[in-house]
Amino acid sequence: MILDSRIPEGPLAEKWDKHKFDVKLVNPANKRKYDIIVVGTGLAGASAAATFGELGYNVKAFCFQDSPRRAHSIAAQGGINAAKNYQNDGDSVFRLFYDTIKGGDYRAREANVYRLAQVSVNIIDQCVAQGVPFARDYGGLLANRSFGGAQVSRTFYARGQTGQQLLLGAYSALNRQIAYGKVKMYPRTEMLDLVLVDGKARGIVVRNLITGKIESHSAHAVVLATGGYGNVFFLSTNAMGSNATAAWRAYKKGALFANPCYTQIHPTCIPVSGTYQSKLTLMSESLRNDGRVWVPKTVETAERLRRGEITVNDIAEQDRDYYLERKYPAFGNLVPRDVASRNAKLVCDEGRGVGASGLAVYLDFADAIKREGQPAIAAKYGNLFEMYAKITDENPYERPMRIYPAVHYTMGGLWVDYNLMTNVPGLYAAGEANFSDHGANRLGASALMQGLADGYFVLPYTIGDYLAKMPYDKVPVDHPAFQEAERNVMDINNRLLSINGKRTVDDFHKQLGHIMWEYCGMARNAEGLRFAKQEIRKLRDEFWRDVKVVGVNEELNITLEKANRVADFLELGELMVDDALHREESCGGHFREEYQTPENEALRDDENFAYVAAWEFTGVDNDAVLHKEDLKFENVKLTQRSYK
Amino acid sequence: MDLTLKVWRQKDKNSPGQMVTYPIQGISPDMSFLEMMDVLNEDLLLKGEDPIAFDHDCREGICGMCSLFINGRPHGPERGTTTCQLHMRHFKDGDTITIEPWRAAAFPVHKDLVVDRSAFDRIQQAGGYVSVNTGGVPDANAIPIPKSIADKAFDAATCIQCGACVAACKNASAMLFVSAKVSQLAMLPQGKAERKTRVENMVAQMDIEGFGSCTNTGACAAECPVGISLENINMLRSEFIYAKATSENL
Repeated sequence: MILDSRIPEGPLAEKWDKHKFDVKLVNPANKRKYDIIVVGTGLAGASAAATFGELGYNVKAFCFQDSPRRAHSIAAQGGINAAKNYQNDGDSVFRLFYDTIKGGDYRAREANVYRLAQVSVNIIDQCVAQGVPFARDYGGLLANRSFGGAQVSRTFYARGQTGQQLLLGAYSALNRQIAYGKVKMYPRTEMLDLVLVDGKARGIVVRNLITGKIESHSAHAVVLATGGYGNVFFLSTNAMGSNATAAWRAYKKGALFANPCYTQIHPTCIPVSGTYQSKLTLMSESLRNDGRVWVPKTVETAERLRRGEITVNDIAEQDRDYYLERKYPAFGNLVPRDVASRNAKLVCDEGRGVGASGLAVYLDFADAIKREGQPAIAAKYGNLFEMYAKITDENPYERPMRIYPAVHYTMGGLWVDYNLMTNVPGLYAAGEANFSDHGANRLGASALMQGLADGYFVLPYTIGDYLAKMPYDKVPVDHPAFQEAERNVMDINNRLLSINGKRTVDDFHKQLGHIMWEYCGMARNAEGLRFAKQEIRKLRDEFWRDVKVVGVNEELNITLEKANRVADFLELGELMVDDALHREESCGGHFREEYQTPENEALRDDENFAYVAAWEFTGVDNDAVLHKEDLKFENVKLTQRSYK
Repeated sequence: MDLTLKVWRQKDKNSPGQMVTYPIQGISPDMSFLEMMDVLNEDLLLKGEDPIAFDHDCREGICGMCSLFINGRPHGPERGTTTCQLHMRHFKDGDTITIEPWRAAAFPVHKDLVVDRSAFDRIQQAGGYVSVNTGGVPDANAIPIPKSIADKAFDAATCIQCGACVAACKNASAMLFVSAKVSQLAMLPQGKAERKTRVENMVAQMDIEGFGSCTNTGACAAECPVGISLENINMLRSEFIYAKATSENL
């Protein structure tokens, strides 16, 4: 298989404009003859579905939540980047491009990232026009703040609820099209299979989560905007329902899965407090603008603290190690997420962690409160402080927050070309569901940017190029390919329902999560990964022998929903381990302990690994086949990433 | 902590429901309310019983999916808190906790504690947007918005569409929810062009969906987990009266 990324020829800055001119157009009167399915209605899905509707296509949009406005994009706190240079501090499209490529440890495509930086400017305009209430200065102009991995202030925000406000903008655009009848919305509906006809994506099979009814939907193209798969770790900052099933079942139908092991670990989450815990809560990276990260200088002090002999306020200034400021003076507490996470792990591994478990570091606002006063800090981060207090029962204005890294975002996903089409003709992937723009690490405030870029400004152009070349004929849903896919879905459901074993779905999920975190988490090594692979296979066998799923398909059945998702996570976990094992280098969110500099920084091997690893499914118990897309860097020089 | 839970169980929309009592032991005060429900569901599953269906997703207090009428209050006893952010430290060992779904004719029960809130989506579809197509919009800084107005619009925009306001209201009125969107867009310059048709259409849809009337008791704002203010209802009233008095939809 040859992976053609379809990157347009020509200078970097002209590729997208040239491509927009070169793509085929669909005559406005013909657009109504084409049907498009969009699965997932977060930032990428809702913006795409709304824009397709505006253009005149017939759209069917699906989400498993009860309303598109609940997609997990809503939980993003800190902000969205855009190269507006409103602050006059030296920002530009090229600088945003450069920061993103470097932040991703040179494992992303230049052309995609440059386009992302270009359209970032339009996104802010679009959202403001929709009535998104971004933060403003007293003069009425938009405010900015800075985020990890950047030395300019280019992040637009809406208090600590940027994701919510942007999603509500996209949701409102979607609602407008639903009201016009151009988009038909299917909430509480989950995609369980992809349907191919003559090798092209022509529809999906879904389960109505209220009635259990299995239904087929046909279209000329299918867009998956189903988010990330961080819940493979069980504990993550993802919403409980976030899952890999739609993307995974597309993978099993032939779509390649790229860079699955690139998992972003976010440095500022509330630490785990007990085994009952169901999820982790993130504290926005923006807190690091004012919060200073530290641990005690010595193991002895940390031990006394953990034993409760002293409190945090008993530790004198000279006994504190502000390790990020010490090691990375240029970026300080604003180093990128992978660097901040790895350093938190290092100091905890040394025995200098705080909190009862020793798996936490301090994020301290005392200096900022002294400098600016509590009201100013509350105005910036008030809702985050409240959230922290609710969960931990501690007042972060009086003593520092305790934070620890946690699984947050998955940079891997379905392989797509420059048009965001997978290797399956007619199947597109957008937002976190594709692999394309973040390389091996995602910089803060760039996920929202990519979701909306894909949905508002990329797919609406590129999908026309595909549709313009295909006939209007519709595939009826009684076509044998749909019938077979429906049978496949029913077979899996029936199998899950008939096992009647002794262990719950959550029990399996927790065990898988433990394996993934221990051996394929913040740091991995070959021995651990080989062990994990065996363990996952054993666990998967046991799942299919001993899982307990009660009830029937024909009802609202929360256990069956979860069982389908965990069954897929058990397969995906193994692919992540395979991918992590084969990549004998460290980069971004992928840290192989065998490959590091003397200063514990990630050590890349550009000679042998400057490629996208795209995996092809060959059967559940067979090893996937690796295909490589070489990454060419013509506009940036690959250097050791340094934030010192 | 050992607790007694009284939970509304209902097979589906068409079946009658009833309260069922479940004793539960060993609950940690650091658990969230929904984690306590998870523990109960694991127990039920191992006994081969149908776990209790309830809505939840982000568990960070922002998606608005969680509901639950706990001891007679939407989202439980803590002010300004969604159910997912409510922790068991606010209950005492030996407590009996009553858990019901949102009660409103416009929110029919799907199963157990899961209700159908799609009426809210239809109200938004009736006008809760600015009619603007993608692309071709002015520069974001072309229209300055005074900070005080931007902040007020933001306060209204924080509504998470959970439905607690409806559940808290003795008339099951959706006025607080509708007022939040109407106020946000009426205050911003981008939303002004459609402000009259928006309020007329959204209010009309609210009536079609079967929500009750507002009688100004203020229970909605008192129970709102994100602090949407009653001022929005005042604004909705004045917007509506102005729109009707000058309506072009005659």
